[in-house]
Amino acid sequence: MRRAQNVKGWLFCTPALAAMALVTAYPILDAVRLSLYRYDLRHAAPPDFIGIGNYFSVLSSEVWWQALGNTLLITTISVFFELVLGFALALLMHKAVFGRRTVRSAALVPYAIITVVAALAWKFAFDPTTGFVNSLLGVDRAWLNERWSAFGVIILSEIWKTTPFMALLLLAGLSLIPDDVLRAARVDGASALQRFRLITLPLMKPSILVALLFRTLDAFRIFDSVYVLTRGAHGTESVSVIGYNTLIARLNLGLGSAVSVLIFLCTLAIALLFTKSFGTPLLRTGR
Amino acid sequence: MRIRFAGMDGFLGALGSLLVVTYALLPVIWIISLSLKPGRELGNARFFPDTLSLEHYRTVFNDPQFPAALLNSVGIASIATGLSIIIAIFAAYAIVRLDFRGKHWIFYGTLAVAMFPPISVVGPLFELWRTLRLFDTWPGLILPYLSFTLPLAIWTLTAFFREIPWDLERAARVDGATPSQAFRLVILPLVAPGIVASAILVFIFAWNDFLFAASLTSTDRARTVPVAIAFFTGSSQFELPTGSIAAASVVVTIPIIALVLMFQRRIIAGLTAGAVKG
Repeated sequence: MRRAQNVKGWLFCTPALAAMALVTAYPILDAVRLSLYRYDLRHAAPPDFIGIGNYFSVLSSEVWWQALGNTLLITTISVFFELVLGFALALLMHKAVFGRRTVRSAALVPYAIITVVAALAWKFAFDPTTGFVNSLLGVDRAWLNERWSAFGVIILSEIWKTTPFMALLLLAGLSLIPDDVLRAARVDGASALQRFRLITLPLMKPSILVALLFRTLDAFRIFDSVYVLTRGAHGTESVSVIGYNTLIARLNLGLGSAVSVLIFLCTLAIALLFTKSFGTPLLRTGR
Repeated sequence: MRIRFAGMDGFLGALGSLLVVTYALLPVIWIISLSLKPGRELGNARFFPDTLSLEHYRTVFNDPQFPAALLNSVGIASIATGLSIIIAIFAAYAIVRLDFRGKHWIFYGTLAVAMFPPISVVGPLFELWRTLRLFDTWPGLILPYLSFTLPLAIWTLTAFFREIPWDLERAARVDGATPSQAFRLVILPLVAPGIVASAILVFIFAWNDFLFAASLTSTDRARTVPVAIAFFTGSSQFELPTGSIAAASVVVTIPIIALVLMFQRRIIAGLTAGAVKG
């Protein structure tokens, strides 16, 4: 019986595992291989093995380090605001008596919108001729033509799009907190702030960490909004934009693959950092 | 005293709800009003149009680019969703119902793929697809979408399957149903709502993708909506065809929002359950 279940279990899971391996495991290994060659599709020359030469070029270029800095900046700021706003939204969705359904429906709207469309909406809103933002604020400013204000718009569009998702993840954690614990604390005289700090937060730690990890990794690969809002101009490139431009726009598969592999390693580092420093709430949920 | 607190909470709640609704809808209403402004009003920097016009909708549907992209998007996202859900149903069933060794490896696999940065595989896929003649074809996008949505599909389906009273399956077997009959006639109707919610989430993922579509397509043959909208060119190369972009955006946004709102409860359940229970 047990043996039969083993066979059947693996039989049922093999298609999923094979499909996932086909477009992740195999290509990432191929990317490692390509990254060791001088391989530019615009030149007729066949691929030329150069060892770690491409990594040397990427790591010694200012473009890469600036993009990495930009990406980390966008990631940190947007994930921070998403956590704070997402928590507020989750509490509201959890507690709201009136309009609970409306709030939950509204929260799903940004999630359902194509990122490119949302980014374009913000681009038009901040545009000096079409947009309403300048006249609303009474300023005259080309927001997307200047580095820091462009970052502001990129981060705003990222926060707008993903805060509701963060809120839903946190809401799930909130609903796992037993009501009687909070009620008992209230009877014992704990203030609302104390209840939040001493009961809600510790009990929510696993869901907060899961939400943070997923959003951090997701923000780190930011591509769509940056590409639509600035195309990486005015020093706003993210690492994914660099990767895309090298691989697809300039067709330099060797150098681009080195960028790809480095991005993969960064992602791995972030995931390890999370699990090492906060324990492994993620793995405990696995069965 | 208690009543006053309740009133205060209610007031704050209502204020909060109003804020959330405004926050969520602002860009949507803005793009709708842009799409309805006649061309001469596009540069007036006002939020709402003074006069309404459908000229931009006529423009996008008369231009061959947009209808082609719409067809590609609907086709590619639907096929990818169908395949992903079918594969995920098997995996989720095995995870919930079968006791087999090494089950946790499935979980690690999905976790790894969910965290995977797509840009890292775009280069090799680009090269491989050109060799296999999959570049700029529907299967060339269906394959990556299918695989990258599997974690989401497997997690949400697993969460939904856990809530099914599986004893009914055994009861049906005792009554003489074959395993496949028991699944089709007893279990499937129970899991159908969960499957629909998972399918919507997977569809949104595929529908939303920009990176793969921008990298692995080059013409109207397989170019999807996000790419078509982002690469729309107007009469002059230096001017964004704002009105057309806005109209196209509205066309692709409203149906999805309607779909999501219709299945709101299940989608929230799927998203949150998938996240908490892994």
